[in-house]
Amino acid sequence: MNKYKAANLFQNFFIHAFLLTVTFSCLFPLFWMVRCSLMTNSTILVDKALIPGTIVWHNYVIAWTKGNFGIYFLNSMIYTVSVVFGIVVISSLAAYAFSRLQFPGKNIIFSLFVAAMMIPLPGSFVPLYVMMSKLGLVNNRAGYILCMINVGLSLSILLLKTFFDKMPSDLEDAARIDGCTKLGIWRHVALPLARPALAVIVIYNSLNVWNEYILATLLLSDKAKMPLQRGLEVFRGAHQVDYPVLMAGLTLTALPIIVIYLLMQKHIVKGLSSGAVVG
Amino acid sequence: MSTVIKNKSSVFEIKGNFENFLFVLPALVIFSFFYIYPFFELINLSLREWNGVDPFRPLVWFRNFQDLAYDEVWWKSIWHAGYITLIALTFQNVLAFALALACDREIRMKRFYRVVFFIPPVLSEMVVGYIWNWILDPNMQNGQYVGVVNYFLVKMGLLNLVHNWLSDPNTVLTTIAVIHSWKGFGWGFIMLLAGLQTIDKQLYEAAKVDGAGSWSTFVNVTIPMMMPVILVVVILTILGSMQAFVLIISLVSQGLAGYTEVPVTQILTSMNGNKQFGYACAQAVVFGLILVVSSFALKKFSDRMKQA
Repeated sequence: MNKYKAANLFQNFFIHAFLLTVTFSCLFPLFWMVRCSLMTNSTILVDKALIPGTIVWHNYVIAWTKGNFGIYFLNSMIYTVSVVFGIVVISSLAAYAFSRLQFPGKNIIFSLFVAAMMIPLPGSFVPLYVMMSKLGLVNNRAGYILCMINVGLSLSILLLKTFFDKMPSDLEDAARIDGCTKLGIWRHVALPLARPALAVIVIYNSLNVWNEYILATLLLSDKAKMPLQRGLEVFRGAHQVDYPVLMAGLTLTALPIIVIYLLMQKHIVKGLSSGAVVG
Repeated sequence: MSTVIKNKSSVFEIKGNFENFLFVLPALVIFSFFYIYPFFELINLSLREWNGVDPFRPLVWFRNFQDLAYDEVWWKSIWHAGYITLIALTFQNVLAFALALACDREIRMKRFYRVVFFIPPVLSEMVVGYIWNWILDPNMQNGQYVGVVNYFLVKMGLLNLVHNWLSDPNTVLTTIAVIHSWKGFGWGFIMLLAGLQTIDKQLYEAAKVDGAGSWSTFVNVTIPMMMPVILVVVILTILGSMQAFVLIISLVSQGLAGYTEVPVTQILTSMNGNKQFGYACAQAVVFGLILVVSSFALKKFSDRMKQA
């Protein structure tokens, strides 16, 4: 018994050593980013102490004002909130209809959305850019928002439809008998019940929009409309790289998404697991 | 009398159907504009020669594809992406599987590990690229390295490992692939862990009773049970790694021409740099076909495996 216990302890020691090494590799780059954002241009090159001798905060002020990160940050917020709101409304309406309501062509339309999810379309940004410039939607916030709504639409509809399919319809039937309209049932019965699935959709699409780069690059060339990912590139390209300020900008870009992730990580895990089952 | 009622009900039905259809209309409109139309426009443009401004877009049929067949840089870029994908499939997925197996046991801090391993995947490729570019900085100041990786390698006496990771043609692609794996292994980890947790524990008990060792249990129980999840992870890894490019742009920016091109950066160059929109679309079509065919082939292969 004792021998068995010792072997187990030994094994656990190695497993933890392995897991902790990977943990360190995940966290150290982020720690280093924050640490370097608190240094000056001269100390950053020579001081290698884990906690630097002198800590300064002004890089964040410089990044926010002179580096335009304040504007970029605000833009990222606007895009993320409007796209996610749009996706939630549009995809839940569609998913509800696909799951509960009857109309001709339903199956064909639904399979279109599924096919879009299955077929990778790399380089679709070329015709998309051409179309947007024809429509005069380049450098236009609404244009970018609509593009991004489309990016998240198929997966959200599929996830929500699967959820609605499994949901018992008793409450909706009761609401219908009470004279509730279809739209009222969607808004007051189906949506509140679908909250777990909506949480997954909100977190996924938030990550996606906040981190999006290529369409933002092609469609938004006006600094006042750029989101953070594009702003980072502009900042790095324009100056002789001011590393402490760049690190402050990176921290400003990464921090909100990490906080949201830590707050909602349960939903992410759940979404991924169900995604694996769906796929 | 009865016909009147019938007509009335069908009128109601049509009205109801139309009302129901309105629910999917917003999604359908956006989808048609931003997915279906670009899909056909992509194919249409791939058969034309166009500089992006000229109102006239002459039809050249398959000439773009012919040119593409002899475009060495293009095929090299496919090879680069393939190399990154190969490392992601082996290194990244084996790591993810090993971590998932470790976290599937009764072990302390399980939840902590699970939370940490998914932090790199939530970061943007831009952020990851810039952080690692800085960590791997090859410059020296006052006789010591600026980049923290080379600095610690010197401190630990591993002088022969000190390296200009991102500017040496021999190491740049592998370095990119490893950082790509660093960013991506959390996805596989979470999915594989979820898969492992659905395996009925009684199967392990039964294997134990039959006298199977831990290795033979792994090969004969865990792997077959995990096949569907592994397949999903493999396909997602291929699709994600083949199309990775923001990480590369942010890691090496313009540097190292000839060693870091991947298909998507080539499409971007054809479009924005050379103003050959038709050619860019031909590249996109060929690349899309490669992706579709390889994921379908994998699916077929695994179906065959299942039957055998």
